[in-house]
Amino acid sequence: MARSIKKGPYVVDSLVRKIETLNRSGEKRVLKTWARRCTVLPEFVGHTLAVHNGNKFIPIYVTENMVGHKLGEFVPTRMFRGHTEKAEKASVPGK
Amino acid sequence: MARIAGIDLPTEKRIEVALTYIFGIGPTTAKKILAKAGVNPDTRVKQLSDEDAGKLRGIIEREYKVEGSLRSETAMNIKRLMDIGAYRGLRHRRGLPVHGQRTKTNARTRKGPKKMAVASKKVKAGKKG
Repeated sequence: MARSIKKGPYVVDSLVRKIETLNRSGEKRVLKTWARRCTVLPEFVGHTLAVHNGNKFIPIYVTENMVGHKLGEFVPTRMFRGHTEKAEKASVPGK
Repeated sequence: MARIAGIDLPTEKRIEVALTYIFGIGPTTAKKILAKAGVNPDTRVKQLSDEDAGKLRGIIEREYKVEGSLRSETAMNIKRLMDIGAYRGLRHRRGLPVHGQRTKTNARTRKGPKKMAVASKKVKAGKKG
């Protein structure tokens, strides 16, 4: 179910405050954050945020299209390197 | 005979059903359109007067996104997800289910027919192991 409009988008206050101070000073700096659940607001556009993936911080440049999504959507947490090769298929012949 | 939104409607069907042959119009939308145009949903397409057909065409053109433009819109939405590097876009790119379904089994709609290396042998090996 979608979130109630009354509540507004879910944001992490501390992150928004940091971005607003950056915006006010016109400064661009990579912000590290664990707040994957934070919605991307229009104010974030143009900033680079280093979002935690559970292991390290992945820098994400926020564009206009990303507004409304959550930060975590852009940083996958799982790494899939493919399945291991089956060893010697030929050595097990069927009956 | 009756062409609406670039689609030939089947002549023998009731107009309520025939409208659902247009991509983007299902049973509910079809009923709404007919109510708005004041056309009896039970009329067959071949009996439909030109005037009524015109009304339906007008309503669909003005108020609904159907066929090509609807298809391109959904394609654009998917493309946007892929371009911004979102997780959902990634799933689209890989051809896997997008909404968090399990993929250990099932998910055959997205993944397509089963791929097996050595078809019959692999089944037996799976049972033993």
